[in-house]
Amino acid sequence: MSSFITLNSIQQSFKDETVIKNVDLAIPQGQLFGLLGPSGSGKTTLVKIIIGLLNPTKGTVHIDNQKMPSLKLMQEIGYMAQSDALYSELTAKENLYFFASIYGIPKKQQKQRVQEVAEIVDLTAHLDKTLEHYSGGMKRRMSLAVALLHQPKLLILDEPTVGIDPVLRASIWQDLKKLQKQGTTIIVTTHVMDEAEKCDNLAMLRDGYVIAQGSPDQLIEKSRTGTLEEAFLQYGKSNHH
Amino acid sequence: MRIRAIIKRIVQQFLRDKRSIALMMVAPLLVMTLLWLVLDLDQYEPTIAVTDVPEQMQDLLEEQDATIIEMSPNEAEEALGDKEVDAHLTWKKDQVELTMEGSDSTATSAVQQVLNQTSKQLNPNSLNMEVNFLHGSTDLNLFDNVGPVLIGFFVFFFVFIIGGVSFLRERTQGTLERLLATPLRRWEIVVGYLSGFGIFILLQSIVIAVYSIYVLDIYMEGSFWAVLLITFLLAITALSLATLLSAYAKNEFQMFQFIPVVIVPQVFFSGIFHIESVGWLDAIGKIMPLTYGADALKEIMIRGQELSAVLGDIGILVGFSLVFILLNILALKQHRKL
Ligand SMILES: Nc1ncnc2c1ncn2[C@@H]1O[C@H](COP(=O)(O)OP(=O)(O)OP(=O)(O)O)[C@@H](O)[C@H]1O
Ligand SMILES: [Mg+2]
Repeated sequence: MSSFITLNSIQQSFKDETVIKNVDLAIPQGQLFGLLGPSGSGKTTLVKIIIGLLNPTKGTVHIDNQKMPSLKLMQEIGYMAQSDALYSELTAKENLYFFASIYGIPKKQQKQRVQEVAEIVDLTAHLDKTLEHYSGGMKRRMSLAVALLHQPKLLILDEPTVGIDPVLRASIWQDLKKLQKQGTTIIVTTHVMDEAEKCDNLAMLRDGYVIAQGSPDQLIEKSRTGTLEEAFLQYGKSNHH
Repeated sequence: MRIRAIIKRIVQQFLRDKRSIALMMVAPLLVMTLLWLVLDLDQYEPTIAVTDVPEQMQDLLEEQDATIIEMSPNEAEEALGDKEVDAHLTWKKDQVELTMEGSDSTATSAVQQVLNQTSKQLNPNSLNMEVNFLHGSTDLNLFDNVGPVLIGFFVFFFVFIIGGVSFLRERTQGTLERLLATPLRRWEIVVGYLSGFGIFILLQSIVIAVYSIYVLDIYMEGSFWAVLLITFLLAITALSLATLLSAYAKNEFQMFQFIPVVIVPQVFFSGIFHIESVGWLDAIGKIMPLTYGADALKEIMIRGQELSAVLGDIGILVGFSLVFILLNILALKQHRKL
């Protein structure tokens, strides 16, 4: 399979600190790809580079054979930031309709799409509340709903399930799998091992390096350990750059 | 359609924020009213102590609205010290002696005015002058005089605060970055934002102009629409400057730090004080938008000029806004190159 997303020797420095070091990635179309790494390892930075919100110090990102950033591709990407970027004075509904208009969803379809995504994140009953009165987990779900609105070909989700209870978390993962079956490519960052296990392919990130890459099973097998957690620790030990 | 969505969202947000609406619409009126109360007072009427002053002279002084009290030299000295009188006039054999209290320049010049008028009447052969006014009249008081500058200043000030802080909030709560992860172009964001806010700014300009002209009855010779256009242009300049500077502030507190640096100095250089004689001071005024707004407002309100007479000022205000808007679009490059 030819790759849908290609990162070519990406490097990112802030002042004199280099936080992404020479990262190469190739993600095929339709894959559920996980970026696994501890806090501060550079997941958010890498994701922002992929979507074009950060201009890497070195290297290039290509999506669907086009160089990023590209406004045309922005239309095809759904993005959920790590911190909820929503308008707290507005109701959930107003937020959703706003983003629906920004993504150019025709007026007639907006209502239907808003209802569909609200159902996925289980917020249908709370659409008329202003977000000031939302709990942390509800805001997380709203952010996910916004990312799903325009049925993007590529979903980039930065820690989507933080603060969400296990029942809803399982149901969201089910929905992600369903979207994947329909052909959506999904990139998820996480530091939770049991979520990482659900991905087709993983890149393990540590201090800005990709220390290992492959499917969860491959990674466990290659490291000769029993679990992903042990594998992660094992790779961390053997990679002294 | 995307710009319209931004405008709609800003209107929705703003309507929920009752306090900011109040600050934008009511606060300027409150401050204008207070200034009007202070500056629109009748002329100060001085109190003068007199010693040995002839009856006829005393009558003349009283005709000039001065309060006259006869005192001995010692009493007068004490009264001056206690600020009970503003001046002490003593009639000696062939000489008149005047002692001023002197610490209050308004009182001092009022005493001088009274004495000037009186001496003119004592000596009817002195120059008989008829004074005519090309613009304004003797009734033009301090409020009428600085009113146009104040209107400009308050429009600028309140738009700067509210516009700057709300754009800053877009940055700090991450929604600006979120918008840049959509297919929105940078100029669409800036134009949408300025237009959404523009609606409220236009309302504010109308409210302030109507209130000053029709309620406070500020001196006004020109056309209301011309005043409105200038205040609106000034407000757009303030808004685009505020959104630009918000890129260089990390929080609201840092945004407010721009006020003493960027806003307050403008009022000193915009025509309340006469600074034409000092070249470099005048040059500083030339780089400040309020200078042009205030100048145009004075031309229209006091001198009754048409818009065509202030095209230069209008051009410069439009120029300022365009430059600030372009810089805004460029500043967003720090988030997304495209
Ligand atoms: N704008 C910035 N300026 C300076 N340093 C930054 C900036 N953004 C990120 N960093 C640094 O880059 C490193 C990686 O940060 P990043 O947010 O990508 O981590 P992360 O893997 O997403 O962590 P977490 O799981 O806690 O979200 C950190 O050391 C952080 O301090
Ligand atoms: Mg992160």
